[in-house]
Amino acid sequence: MRTLFTAAAVAALSLAAAGGAEAAGKVKACWVYTGPVGDFGYSYQHDQGRLAAAKALGDKVDATTFLENIPDSDSERAIEQLARSGCNIVFTTSFGFMDPTLKVAKKFPKVMFEHATGYKRNPNMSTYAAKFYEGRYVMGQIAGKMTKTNTIGYIVSFPIPEVISGINAFERGMQTTNPNAKIKIVWVNTWFDPGKEADAAKALLAQGADILTQHTDSAAPLQEAEKAGKLGFGQSSDMMKFAPKAQLTANTDNWGPYYTQRIQALIDGKWKSEDTWDGIGKNMVVMAPFANMPDDVKAAAVKTTADIASGALQPFACPVLDQDGKDRCKPGAKTLEDGDVLGMNWYVKGVDDKIPQ
Amino acid sequence: MSFDPQQIQDILIIIVAAATPLLLAAIGEVVAERAGVLNLGLEGMMIVGASTGFAFAYMTDSTIVGVIAGILGGVLMSAVFAFLTIGLATNQVAAGLALTIFGRGLANLIGEGFVGLKRSGAPHLYIPGLTDLPLVGRLIFGEDFFVYFAILLTGAVGYWLMRTRAGLTLRAVGENHTSGHSLGVPVRGIRLLAVLFGGACAGLAGCYLSLSYTPFWSPDMTAGRGWIALALVVFASWKPWRALAGAILFGGVAVLALAFQGLGVPIPAQLLNSLPYLTTIIVLVVLSLRDSRGALAPASLGQAFIPDR
Repeated sequence: MRTLFTAAAVAALSLAAAGGAEAAGKVKACWVYTGPVGDFGYSYQHDQGRLAAAKALGDKVDATTFLENIPDSDSERAIEQLARSGCNIVFTTSFGFMDPTLKVAKKFPKVMFEHATGYKRNPNMSTYAAKFYEGRYVMGQIAGKMTKTNTIGYIVSFPIPEVISGINAFERGMQTTNPNAKIKIVWVNTWFDPGKEADAAKALLAQGADILTQHTDSAAPLQEAEKAGKLGFGQSSDMMKFAPKAQLTANTDNWGPYYTQRIQALIDGKWKSEDTWDGIGKNMVVMAPFANMPDDVKAAAVKTTADIASGALQPFACPVLDQDGKDRCKPGAKTLEDGDVLGMNWYVKGVDDKIPQ
Repeated sequence: MSFDPQQIQDILIIIVAAATPLLLAAIGEVVAERAGVLNLGLEGMMIVGASTGFAFAYMTDSTIVGVIAGILGGVLMSAVFAFLTIGLATNQVAAGLALTIFGRGLANLIGEGFVGLKRSGAPHLYIPGLTDLPLVGRLIFGEDFFVYFAILLTGAVGYWLMRTRAGLTLRAVGENHTSGHSLGVPVRGIRLLAVLFGGACAGLAGCYLSLSYTPFWSPDMTAGRGWIALALVVFASWKPWRALAGAILFGGVAVLALAFQGLGVPIPAQLLNSLPYLTTIIVLVVLSLRDSRGALAPASLGQAFIPDR
């Protein structure tokens, strides 16, 4: 009986080894999303990136595994579950997953991790983020030209640097076209609650906003703008079909090329821990078609986008004054340093709000 | 800061819209809990109501068909719950939590093909003259039919539960199912109907979200409203009219938290956003102090009934 058992164990072991050899040729890539894939916003775009990578890499990759709707508090369990279940590379796509990802990465040194929008790294943990603020600068310029009430409603989730830098870039873009315009900021303390986002949108419209923008993930605010005959911007994905008469453009995330490149690097054995931060120039941020605006506004938006892509225009070109009028640039610097933008916790001059602490 | 009095009406309209799904779901739960059944699956029934409601409304291009389908979706979910807890006398808390998890998955499955589609919202009442009245016209005469129905439902359920013999029987079953049984009252039959009614209301609340509030389907669009409605039932101490007041309070605080920020009222956003939960705790404390016997809840709430033969 014992021999039989040993034989079975050996067989199982060799099977596992064979499985491992096979896996070396076929990388298993896995994703963790904060929202539902069907949010049609942030998580949806990451999933589009996953599908693009699966398509580009064909049968070199198994990219079928993802976990959606993972709250920050439960993310460590979810990430560890993926690491245990044979994923070779795990993409964790929310700022709140940072510490849990690092913890699991230290526990599983043979699995590679990629964390989006954070700043903590490990030999087997990279970070990647998109310069969303570049798109928001373009949106700010458009809003400044299109507003009639000089009031722009801005619906935001949580006071993290990515959101703050978005507000600041929007404000700076808006100041170039309309120094009299003001943004009204409403914190909803959620990434995704269509009802609450809609309530915030309606409240802002009632208070005189005629353009809405949002850093939350559902299409509800844009839809409210459409219903009220006002204008707005899509977030993360092109939301034109929700608001064909209201959407001016959208700040869309394009993760496909990045995912493809990183998985390919792992297949080639060239993967190493890096920090990637790209924007409009590398097509990680793509502006949805400019619509519902006169030709001159459109032409200006196209030019601004091209200038940001080429680097000729920097949304945080010095001087960058904060709310107290203090220049936040290093002496002699041309733009704010990346670290200052990635850790931004202060508003630029002109923003009429206090960051919740 | 200039303040337009018209804004007050706008804000009140938003509050009514935010309160309606809470009220609809809570009224159904009041009836179920008054009969002695604690159904924690509100969130699951609501989300299934939202997805079936949107799916059918989209396919048939009819809001009414969507509403009927959404109600049926909620009823079917509650039937599963009733089978488990009334038929098999399983633990109601466990079954209710399972129903929520199951509902979320099922709703995603039903709504799979409908993500990213839109349709126009449910029509609003319009009475020439009345709806155009300044300051109150749109608030009183310009809501959609869900709102008026929710208020009528509250009145009807309040009357039926507290003033009719049938309502008394239902409450008796919730207070002491053994006595009810010994008097020949069909305990399980009454509980079944109460649970199904709760499911219908939750389904309707779900449809309101996907057909009127934000007229599209999106997974998890209920975003915890089922749980808030559960808290609302306790807040209302199982009385329909108090549920109406509570829904307006809960919805009101949530909306004011947003509106105050836009007006620049210097109160931290986090404090404003936590007000609904703070008010719940405060009201619970006040209620239980006032009624020191602690006998607010139906006495048999949450207990399975197994008839002895």
